[in-house]
Amino acid sequence: MIKVEWFYWLCGIFFVLIALQVLNDRSNPKRIGSAAFWGILGLSFGYGTFVVNKQAPAWLLGIAVIGLAVLAGTGFPGKGEERTTTPAERVRLADRFGNKLFLPALVIPVVAAIFGAWLAKVKLGDGKLLLQSGSATIIGLGVASILALVVGMGLLRPKNPAVPLHEGRRLLEHIGWAAILPQMLATLGLLFNASGVGKAVGRVTDHLIPKGSLIAAVALYCIGMAVFTIIMGNAFAAFPVMTAAVGWPLLVEQFDGTPAVVFAVGMLAGFCGTLCTPMAANFNLVPAALLEMKDQYGPIKAQIPTAVPLLACNILIMYAFAF
Amino acid sequence: MWVLLAIAVVVVGFALRINSMLVVTAAGIVAGLIGGLSPVKILDAFGDGFAGSRSVTVFIVTLPVIGLIERYGLQHQARKLISKLKVLTTGRLLAIYLLIRQGTAALGLTSIGGPAQAVRPLIQPMAAGAAERRYGKLPEKVQEKIKGFAASADTVGLFFGEDIFVAIGSILLITGFVDATYGLHLEAIDIALWAIPTGICALLIHGTRLLLLDRQLDKLAAESKAAEKEAAR
Repeated sequence: MIKVEWFYWLCGIFFVLIALQVLNDRSNPKRIGSAAFWGILGLSFGYGTFVVNKQAPAWLLGIAVIGLAVLAGTGFPGKGEERTTTPAERVRLADRFGNKLFLPALVIPVVAAIFGAWLAKVKLGDGKLLLQSGSATIIGLGVASILALVVGMGLLRPKNPAVPLHEGRRLLEHIGWAAILPQMLATLGLLFNASGVGKAVGRVTDHLIPKGSLIAAVALYCIGMAVFTIIMGNAFAAFPVMTAAVGWPLLVEQFDGTPAVVFAVGMLAGFCGTLCTPMAANFNLVPAALLEMKDQYGPIKAQIPTAVPLLACNILIMYAFAF
Repeated sequence: MWVLLAIAVVVVGFALRINSMLVVTAAGIVAGLIGGLSPVKILDAFGDGFAGSRSVTVFIVTLPVIGLIERYGLQHQARKLISKLKVLTTGRLLAIYLLIRQGTAALGLTSIGGPAQAVRPLIQPMAAGAAERRYGKLPEKVQEKIKGFAASADTVGLFFGEDIFVAIGSILLITGFVDATYGLHLEAIDIALWAIPTGICALLIHGTRLLLLDRQLDKLAAESKAAEKEAAR
């Protein structure tokens, strides 16, 4: 069976190699701290395997994670000088290679889709799945990236085999610490759950519900999902809380709503919140960093005017079809 | 109730624009301490959470190959290709991408697209190329707007497409949570079917806004051209 942990190790090795490069990069004024950031991150990807398998203490990784946060908070990782082709060189190279340049880029989605849609269901002789259950997408993305790199290297034949690593570092240094913010937010969700934040929010919304008004209850559930998602950055974290507070007791039990509609549309109302929040970093801040935007809230600004009417649509859809 | 202070830490921290990593870490520690967790338990939660959510960072494995093809002129080639297709304006191109992204996500192909895999190497350069054909060299405001909308087309398409597919995390979370907590037996397919009306609304709303983007860009480009003339005078 192909295990997802192999690909986490691949990520870990990539981060460690970046760390070593950064350490040797004299043009980076913050090279020691930056190398420490990527190095600790790389090691934590490997160590995470043993934490997930309960073979190693989690608190040690917890210390490393807080260390990463402190490094990020004190201005690491920093960027070195960019060493890549000039715009003029790129024009010349594009003329030379033409549309072949798209080939490696297209390998990634095609291979990833093959893994997700088809190989995910393939079973081995002993009845076990070929790919670790529930991880086909990640395994697919890992394999796709390796294949794309092989295709790209064969096609472009850079003189130095380390070129992809250098270019990968260039992009990673643009993203900086934002690369791991999504992971930190997922961690925060876990801590909030363990500390009973969900229950406390449930008690607060309990007082807000006007008695007997169906549309008010529907609106409270949908808007509550959106608002709590904006705070937590994750509709998955908001769903159990708002459902326990409003969705189940009021909409399903008291007003006799159809559960499938209430819960499906409720989750989508949460997604409207995801569009509006920097807390959903992997959907909003990371793209801004990847596209090298001046305004890190640019994607959010493009999405809010869609999210607000869509939230209203969700309220109407639930009101019209669930009761 | 005091545990709600942790949420306040998040809100205030973001409002004051303190480094997000520090805000998130502080909020986690505050929540844990008020919630009565021991310091070791808090560290354990940080470690478990970080190890358990490594999948969200896996997109970085695509960076070396994308960097490589960028080095050899990918973005330039994307612009050149799109400049031959005269009917494809920035807005139309992004609207088509939204449709493709949402359609493939609804079929479960969520890893087609994504900011690292598709938007940076292909979609954004193509959208910028279409605009360059129309306005010449792009003012920064126009560039920023195109980048924001390129990212948005990907995200909106993914969110409101994937929930139409049965075997996706959010649907499994709904059925798993509700069945376990309230003793229901919801079918994933029913949840997925009820994601369709919202999916259609999302496509109509965001698709329309993308098509209207061309006019906004017209205005922005004219404004910055006028401002340039003013400055030159």
